[in-house]
Amino acid sequence: MNSSISPTTSSARFSLPSKPPAGPKPNIYERNLNKIRVAEVSAASLSFLFSEVVQYTQKRVSGINDLERRLNTLGYRVGTRVLELTAYRAESSSKAPKREIRLLPTLMAIHTQVWRAVYGKPADAIEKSVENVDEYMIIDNDPLIERHISVPRDLSGLSCSSFSAGIVEAVLDGLGFPARVTAHHTPTTTHPTRTTILIKLEKSVLDREDVLK
Amino acid sequence: MAIFGLWVINKAGGLVYQRSFADGLAQLTSNEYLVLAGTLHGIHAITSRLSPIPGQSSGAQVIESETFKINVLLTLTGTKFILLTSPAEPASSIDILLQKIYTIYAEKVMQNPFHTPEMPIRSEAFDVSLGALIG
Repeated sequence: MNSSISPTTSSARFSLPSKPPAGPKPNIYERNLNKIRVAEVSAASLSFLFSEVVQYTQKRVSGINDLERRLNTLGYRVGTRVLELTAYRAESSSKAPKREIRLLPTLMAIHTQVWRAVYGKPADAIEKSVENVDEYMIIDNDPLIERHISVPRDLSGLSCSSFSAGIVEAVLDGLGFPARVTAHHTPTTTHPTRTTILIKLEKSVLDREDVLK
Repeated sequence: MAIFGLWVINKAGGLVYQRSFADGLAQLTSNEYLVLAGTLHGIHAITSRLSPIPGQSSGAQVIESETFKINVLLTLTGTKFILLTSPAEPASSIDILLQKIYTIYAEKVMQNPFHTPEMPIRSEAFDVSLGALIG
């Protein structure tokens, strides 16, 4: 037997804890979906994860548009789950849960509830385009996922918030408001990472809104 | 009391970041900075082996001269942060400053998907945060 691997000589830094933690931790599928306080994850680990997501995606694309589209697709997959989760939470927490069917309350719900579920705070503003009736904008002054990202000059124009745009697109789709959603970097002097999520609704949505009026 | 400059040396001894904050030291060409950083990396490797207990030394932490002081922070991953300051700068405030610089590095450089490890740091956010910290 080699004595160097016996527990008495191993360094304390690398040794296993002598006692397993009390009680088995419930696996992720059995945890309570409504407990949102303890379900928060650290911003640093999210940043590292998203950084890897971008690097992984970047290796598999050939241009900014392609990269944004792939990030959008990944966000879409998150968005479908976020919608399901927020709907589930709203159902169990409020006495009269309701499904949004009108455009403006839906956009407000994305701005507030969805943003809070994903990023822990509501978005900063919601605006309607003055040029096109079918365009709306959700503005985040300091997007959590982009807080530590510096886009190099040769990729200027890239907005990693395409991921958030994908989430918004999925939620809108899921609620029956098909739209094309894109992200644009719109910095100001006070908010250098300010990002605008541009929502371009399909014509059928506006037609239906007119009927419901 | 002044902070003259900051260098970041990767674990192979290459200078990946260099920035001057105040006048007072000679201006060097980028090639001279690279040579100096490589030399310092070598000196640091030697000093870390001078300890009577093998494997226990973190190497040189401060190198003092009459007009300036070289402060070294060695991280667990082998990256070194070198802060050039005036000799009067107290050690406690330098330690705090180096830790803050390390934190900014961990956030703005390592969490940036467009940074390649061990390569020169080109991150606007890193520059801005350092400017806000040191000025």
